[in-house]
Amino acid sequence: MRSLCPLLALVAPLLHAQITFDRIVDANKEPQNWLTYSGTPLSQRHSLLTQINPANVKNLELQWVFQSQSVEKFEASPLVVDGILYTVQAPNDVVAMDAETGRIFWVSPYAPSLEARVCCGRVNRGLAILGDTLFMGTIDGHLLALDAKTGKGIWNVAVAKAEAGYALTLAPLVVKDKVIVGTAGGEYGIRGFLAAYDTKTGKEAWRFNAIPGPGEPGHETWAGDSWMHGGASVWVTGSYDPQLNLTYWGIGNPGPDWNSDDRNGANLYSDSVVALDADTGKLKWYFQFSPHDDFDYDSVQVPVLADMEWKGKQRRVMLWANRNGFYYVLDRATGEFLQGKQFAKATWTTGLDDGGHPVRVAEARPSREGTLVYPGVQGATNWFSPSWSPHTGLFYINTWENYASVFNKLPGDYVEGRRYTGGSPRSPVPSLRGTQVITRTEDEGYGVLRAFDPQTAVRKWEFKMADVTGSGVLTTASDLLFTGGREGYFWAIDARTGTELWRTNLGGPAESGPVTYSVNGRQYVAVCAGNSLFTFALRQ
Amino acid sequence: MKRLLCLQWVFAASLLAQHSFTQIDIEDGGRLFRANCAVCHGAEGNQVQGIDLAHGKLRRAKTDDDIAAIIRNGIPGTAMPPTNFNDSVALTVVAYLRTMAAAAATTVTGGDPVAGKSIYDGKGNCATCHRIRGVGSRFGPDLSDIGIYRLPGEVERSLTDPDAEILPQNRHFRGVTKDGLAITGLLLNEDKYAVQILDSKDRLVSVKRTSLKEFTFTADKSPMPSYKDKLTHQELSDLVSYLVSLKGVGVP
Repeated sequence: MRSLCPLLALVAPLLHAQITFDRIVDANKEPQNWLTYSGTPLSQRHSLLTQINPANVKNLELQWVFQSQSVEKFEASPLVVDGILYTVQAPNDVVAMDAETGRIFWVSPYAPSLEARVCCGRVNRGLAILGDTLFMGTIDGHLLALDAKTGKGIWNVAVAKAEAGYALTLAPLVVKDKVIVGTAGGEYGIRGFLAAYDTKTGKEAWRFNAIPGPGEPGHETWAGDSWMHGGASVWVTGSYDPQLNLTYWGIGNPGPDWNSDDRNGANLYSDSVVALDADTGKLKWYFQFSPHDDFDYDSVQVPVLADMEWKGKQRRVMLWANRNGFYYVLDRATGEFLQGKQFAKATWTTGLDDGGHPVRVAEARPSREGTLVYPGVQGATNWFSPSWSPHTGLFYINTWENYASVFNKLPGDYVEGRRYTGGSPRSPVPSLRGTQVITRTEDEGYGVLRAFDPQTAVRKWEFKMADVTGSGVLTTASDLLFTGGREGYFWAIDARTGTELWRTNLGGPAESGPVTYSVNGRQYVAVCAGNSLFTFALRQ
Repeated sequence: MKRLLCLQWVFAASLLAQHSFTQIDIEDGGRLFRANCAVCHGAEGNQVQGIDLAHGKLRRAKTDDDIAAIIRNGIPGTAMPPTNFNDSVALTVVAYLRTMAAAAATTVTGGDPVAGKSIYDGKGNCATCHRIRGVGSRFGPDLSDIGIYRLPGEVERSLTDPDAEILPQNRHFRGVTKDGLAITGLLLNEDKYAVQILDSKDRLVSVKRTSLKEFTFTADKSPMPSYKDKLTHQELSDLVSYLVSLKGVGVP
């Protein structure tokens, strides 16, 4: 115990201190905590904790399990604040636990309106914190502020109309004195937006329309009235660069998803990353990955912010692994396209032009008779977090390879609250359907973790799985990588070589991003699989 | 994959007038039909008087979309209830209906199920690989309820051309261990490290991938021989009529 004393002395002043925004910006100075959805506002899902390392990771053992009372997918990434772990039991119950033991301090239940409509599960991806206040979006379109000590409500605002298909499934992002959210609903003909609320009062501070209205630049990229129900949802947490004071968000697919006949044009800012002034919500720049998309390739991924030497010059870049099958390197001050690389089979495009815009294959479009296209509707990757390790200089992407859909185009009119998708994608092979058994050949699709050097676009290694994966990736400064898959495995992998170092079978699919934290000098790794949250630490 | 795609398109185009569907859609639709519709309409879709779903004999619907709308909304004032299917799901049922006639159509009619059972037990040697109500081998698909899941034409095709369609749950595993031991069995499940099979000795085995020198999943080649030239037309008719009479263990 003596050896722990200096560490305790270091941590003690923080123990009951409030989470100021300075602490969130400097989250890497307190790696024992996990203060935002992706760890820090830079969203690298990379931890500086090193107690667990490649040599001892084989000694990981289960510490405790939280079995949620929910049958939904457990997509939440927990927060850990000075020994307290906060998470969300789907759809919207907030739970505070002792991060060492899993004992529950309180559960704050929330019963969403029966009007809530969600395309793909009554899920929630987590919380944000500032001061002593937790923030959660709800599937019925509300944003709640809760007392982090008791779970009692502080304020509750309606962000958007649940009856019209607006739902909040993302973890909010706190920037300074504001909390920023966007809404899901891309399959319900919503008009997407991002909005910032005053953390103290819940009063709306700014709003950014993800589909420009009449008179706004970009409005001309939507034919006729298509902008009114054009989708462009936001359902994964963005990032923040404190030096540039810009906040970055990925925008979802245009709608109707698979019938683009009535929305001629590029359909801005669907399938784009937008860089907004964090104080005003004003657009600084945007980059559209998939103009006029008709495959549902939401660009709803985590914007990973990294600083690296780029062609001999230090540069502030953004790494982006997109559902459309390419990963990108952008200059995050200007939005300049620096590099793009295909990372999985894609037949809708022949590649990127010099500006990073995809060159379409003309016949690869949804059709009444159905068109086979790679990647399929779930994308070459999806919302689950990639990771960037400054230590290895590698960007890690969980990938769906050899994965296709048959895209059908159907007519359909907008009716408020009804699905508005213009067709349906289906699987050309039998078993990519989330069943508990798979009997698939490699040609029929598989999951694979791939590691790229973004400077050279060289793939350094890959780690194949039999099934696909919906898990995020966590890396640590000791060159460990943690991820999971639909087979139920949770792995520790050597981040430099891709070698498997440890695994356990959790018996259900990992469908969220793992996190790591430390309490009283002991490092833990936490991951959700099936309906439960599992935590591991080294055997003592 | 390109070849697979072309085959699917030809198949779909030849059978469907208004929509095209993959084989998987047709199978999905078939599952839904059997679970939701067959109770009243019968496995062959002709059990409600005046309606023959397999042959397009319908009272109101004319197009695929009409049928899909009826599947979704039901018909008020009749025994046809609404479902909770969305458009595309309802259309997979339509896809199945459009293929039913072809699947039910058979060149072997008027078979005698009692004589068919004798062929199953005797000349056909079917129980060497198949099982019915607990009797026979587990190597091939259990046939106790084949009459619920397959129509006469499909059963005939499986007998005369076993490779024509192999359902994903009937894929076989074939491997050779590093010691040179051959392992075969029914593929049940797989993960990164192991393949779960029912082996040729009826054992549930998890075979470690690292123990194998080579292995394949046979997705397009059935271990079953063709009975095309082994049975007479009458024998084939009898056998088909016996097999489609098998409706599960709860049915006498």
